[in-house]
Amino acid sequence: MHLKYESFVREPLVDGDKTYSQVTEDIVSPIEKKPGRMWYVGFFFSVVLLAFGVFSVFWEVYYGIGVWGINRTVGWGWDITNFVWWVGIGHAGTLISAILLLFRQGWRTGVNRAAEAMTIFAVMCAGQFPIFHMGRVWDAFYVLPYPNSRGPLWPNFNSALMWDVFAISTYFTVSLLFWYSGLIPDFATVRDRAKTKLRKRLYGLASFGWTGTAKNWQRHEALSLVLAGLSTPLVLSVHTIVSMDFATSVIPGWHTTIFPPYFVAGAIFSGFAMVQTLLIICRKILGLEEYITIGHIEAMNKVIVLTGSIVGVAYLTELFIAWYSQVNYEQSAFHWRIFGPYWWSYWAMMTCNVVSPQLFWFKKLRRNIPFTFIMSIVVNIGMWFERFVIIVTSLYRDYLPGSWTYYSPTWPEIGFYLGTFGLFFTCFFLFAKYFPVIAIAEIKFVLKTSGENYKKKMAAIDEKSTEEFLAEQSHH
Amino acid sequence: MAIKKFAVGCYDDEAVLFPAVDKVRNSGYKLHDVYTPFPVHGLDKALGQKDTDLHVAGFIYGLTGTSTAVGFMSWIFTSDWPINFGGKPHFSLPAFIPITFELTVLFAAVGMVLTFCYLNQIMPGVKKHVFHPRQTDDLFVVALEINDQTSEQEAIDFLKSTGTVETSVQIAESEWWYGRFDKEEEYEKLNPAV
Repeated sequence: MHLKYESFVREPLVDGDKTYSQVTEDIVSPIEKKPGRMWYVGFFFSVVLLAFGVFSVFWEVYYGIGVWGINRTVGWGWDITNFVWWVGIGHAGTLISAILLLFRQGWRTGVNRAAEAMTIFAVMCAGQFPIFHMGRVWDAFYVLPYPNSRGPLWPNFNSALMWDVFAISTYFTVSLLFWYSGLIPDFATVRDRAKTKLRKRLYGLASFGWTGTAKNWQRHEALSLVLAGLSTPLVLSVHTIVSMDFATSVIPGWHTTIFPPYFVAGAIFSGFAMVQTLLIICRKILGLEEYITIGHIEAMNKVIVLTGSIVGVAYLTELFIAWYSQVNYEQSAFHWRIFGPYWWSYWAMMTCNVVSPQLFWFKKLRRNIPFTFIMSIVVNIGMWFERFVIIVTSLYRDYLPGSWTYYSPTWPEIGFYLGTFGLFFTCFFLFAKYFPVIAIAEIKFVLKTSGENYKKKMAAIDEKSTEEFLAEQSHH
Repeated sequence: MAIKKFAVGCYDDEAVLFPAVDKVRNSGYKLHDVYTPFPVHGLDKALGQKDTDLHVAGFIYGLTGTSTAVGFMSWIFTSDWPINFGGKPHFSLPAFIPITFELTVLFAAVGMVLTFCYLNQIMPGVKKHVFHPRQTDDLFVVALEINDQTSEQEAIDFLKSTGTVETSVQIAESEWWYGRFDKEEEYEKLNPAV
């Protein structure tokens, strides 16, 4: 048996007087109860947004991509901005579920399930944009390397856009597998305490007939560890490849080697902000404050201030390199970015991403829930502007002053973006209602080392001398 | 596929479970399995189970992905349909790295999850006997196989002596079958001999 002792310096991960069955009860009972009025209202609005999105996309497909505001100079507008933004949001889920698992960060257990769900839904939203940006969406399958009747003519595997196809689809598949393999035992928990026949049947199907033998768990642990090991470089590769969509081109403002780390840091930054937005609401509505504690929120705010600062350094580095390179085109790209007609987007990005997260250096603010909630939205607005700044303000004033232009979105573009919010929140509301929002088995696993009531019992151990404690433990 | 009789003991604390498992292994009773609601570290060792080789399978799947990607892209760009991309070499290995990496991860992950399901014999539609509805909640369940030569009462008494909170004798299918969790199986009718 492992040592059941953890220092008092660490905050408990589970508050309150919890037993194993209480953990099950707290997490599963929202699934068994009828959802509250707030859930119905939220779900209704999400579906309305989704429907509007479907209509906007229908409009675009029917009349062609000309209904969007993009033009010959600004070929990538809101669509690719939103794509990069959504993919970035997804990254926090994998960071929490994989990287923090490898780093043995106990606090991830409370938030990993919801964060990973967010990843999957965000990647689903992201995927829509490049697909519909293709214009003739019915030919979207041409990107797949299948033996076709056109030669076979293969896609260009040397293109960063092709890498994206592989990166995003692998990322989605692996995240889904990782998430679902963790859900199987928890579905079995829901199944075994289900009172209604339908619930027993459906969760029986969803749990794959899991019973939890010692050998099953041994393999489950091995699987989780290897999937975490695979997801860790995967998540870094995905946003690296997304950044190469830009960095491998020769557009001033895009053609820089700093992009991969800069994009990954930005992705984690915006992703954690979205996790905060979702979980602050979720813990309140589902009554899970004892599992997603202030300590969890503070830990995530620390990640936000760190990644926000990295992003800030990256912005300044870009400016420095533009000056230091003495390349006219690079310098004017940044000049127009800051002082041109899109100045407001640059300064919105700077304020939201670099200046405001610095407030999280104050512990009081890191542990303040309303402030965190507002900041999480500010950060996501800022990160959206970052993608917009990179894409639009690198394109709108290109090499030929004759083709300089201004780009604004039209309603089907805005509707498409709103529609992905609808998709995201529709999925998230369904998840919050029908899935265990917190990894039940993982919480039980850490309960006796990090639960508040169990930690209190450790007080006696803390008073013992080291020799006494070691002598006692060695007899086990 | 075999319908068997089991003596079932439930424990409510893993600290009690470990000595109990030791006693069961030394007692001569045939241990069917131990069920826990969450991974209990060290239980596999206490049961004398070997480490799983699942990660080795994952490594092999990963290598398959790597060679598939490199082989496929090299074959296409050097022999099947060589295209000149701005005068760059047909066999441009650095440009193959991102897709090679992605396919390595994809093959390893998908392969491992399928192997995991196969080894554990789990799949949608598969049903296994649940000895106690709280074995996925807060109980640690030990199931012993008993036959004509073993006395039911002795087995139960033995389990009680190891610190169980609940015991029972159950007749059940020992393997998996295709079934629904909302329907109870009636083993006695299937096999009256037991």
